[in-house]
Amino acid sequence: MLRDITIGQYYSVPSSIHKMDPRFKIMGSILYLVSLFLINQIFAYAAVILFIGLVIKLSKVPLNFILKGLKPVFMLILFAFVINIFFTPGEGDALIKAGFVKIYPEGIERAFFMAIRLVLLIVGTSVLTLTTSPIELTDGIEYLLSPFKKIGMPAHELAMMMTIALRFIPTLLEETDKIMKAQMARGADFESGNLMNRAKALIPLLVPLFISAFRRADELAMAMEARCYKGGEGRTRMKVLKFTRLDLVGCLVMIVYLATCIVL
Amino acid sequence: MSINIVNLTHIYDKNTPNETVAIDNINLEINTGEFIGLIGHTGSGKSTLIQQMNGLLKPTDGEIVVSGYNITDGLEIKSKRKKVTKQEIKERKRRLLEVRKRVGLVFQYPEYQLFEETIEKDIAFGPINLGLDNETVRIRVKSAMETVGLDYETLKDRSPFDLSGGQKRRVAIAGVLAMKPEVLILDEPTAGLDPKGRDEILFQIKQLHEKEKMTVIIVSHSMEDMAKISERLIVMNKGAVVLDGHPKMVFQHIDLLEEIGLAVPQISYLIRALNQKGFNLSNDIITASEAKEALSKILIK
Repeated sequence: MLRDITIGQYYSVPSSIHKMDPRFKIMGSILYLVSLFLINQIFAYAAVILFIGLVIKLSKVPLNFILKGLKPVFMLILFAFVINIFFTPGEGDALIKAGFVKIYPEGIERAFFMAIRLVLLIVGTSVLTLTTSPIELTDGIEYLLSPFKKIGMPAHELAMMMTIALRFIPTLLEETDKIMKAQMARGADFESGNLMNRAKALIPLLVPLFISAFRRADELAMAMEARCYKGGEGRTRMKVLKFTRLDLVGCLVMIVYLATCIVL
Repeated sequence: MSINIVNLTHIYDKNTPNETVAIDNINLEINTGEFIGLIGHTGSGKSTLIQQMNGLLKPTDGEIVVSGYNITDGLEIKSKRKKVTKQEIKERKRRLLEVRKRVGLVFQYPEYQLFEETIEKDIAFGPINLGLDNETVRIRVKSAMETVGLDYETLKDRSPFDLSGGQKRRVAIAGVLAMKPEVLILDEPTAGLDPKGRDEILFQIKQLHEKEKMTVIIVSHSMEDMAKISERLIVMNKGAVVLDGHPKMVFQHIDLLEEIGLAVPQISYLIRALNQKGFNLSNDIITASEAKEALSKILIK
């Protein structure tokens, strides 16, 4: 019952976007997000949509798969939309006046802006996680953070923590399912009762789960040490990140895109 | 307490690309007081089958009737979309408890489900969920602990986490026994235990079966253990029952069992090898003590 949850939902198909260097993809996504908020002309979003549309087309991820990611945040977008419509003060005459509710043309414009931005933001970031495997992603983050090592940021450790956390999500979900079933076999009831009762019913689930998580952590640490793990210092990589010609093309496209955004 | 399984089918992730048939139209009749061994290769559907018997999974098709009580009926609320009345939820809860009162299920590595501060409280979790009063619960905890060979007075206030692996497992088994099920199902109760702990647990289960006339179903990978203690062996492969009968009968099918990734007890291999060398031993010798008897007869001659 818990198996339906997908996190970092990587969509594995061979495409030029998938093959790109994760460092470039992360940087590109950041620039893309910045561009979204720099634009202040509504028609300039045509360029953005064109760009992201091209990326999605190249990534071979089905469009409705990406749009599915919008579903959970739909309420948030709607909320932002409504708030902006009603609470943006305008200079001219209000379009609609009903008691204290006033809607100005500026409000409607802002609301559309906000909604388009949020949608494009989510689509953009989900393209990143859909086309980059979690391992690649953490590798990329580690590399991008490595300049900050000089000021004491443990880039390798952070990346390793992320990798391990991602690796153990399915394991712990499976474990939760198992313990839940075991307690249900003993007559535990996780589904009914008021809030207080439900919270109490979680104890037989959470205590064993925590114990097993600590046990697993201990075992993992031991197994890593047994294989001479001693942190990032001097550690070589199995997959060396390479900046290829593909990334160069991507870079050029990105520059053209950013230039268009700035000009518009 | 007989169990009737009729046309049972279970399909995981139905109507999705991951659709897998775990149980394929199984029919079984389990009689009161039987001691059954359930064997099969990993993924043969054993675990799915025993979870069905406890109402943890709802079958895709078919039904399970435990002494006239249909346990697969009314488990799920028919439509998720429709608003469910409190009455329906209550009814469902009552039915599920009814099922679990009758069929006790001990999972693999049950010691990982322990959570209470004291052993007594942990074992009492099940009976309390059944809605029994304190005095009855106390009596049941005490007798369950005695059944699995744990001393009530010295251990009841200790933390279950201070115990050794084998003792923890016994606490977990006692937790299910305290619910006084009429059928006890154990999923590999001896996995990961040392030989002494394994023999003790098997011995206690056997005793429970003999004294209380409890119907017992054990899932196991140890052919030796099954040869020694079970009275009926059910072999599963790819969601279907391929062999069903007395261990002596089942272990004759050496080739079939090996083909589906299982084996027969070492003794059966020994007997076969001896017979090929010209001895004339009975094929139904499957345990070491039977072999000892038969061989010493020949040697004395």
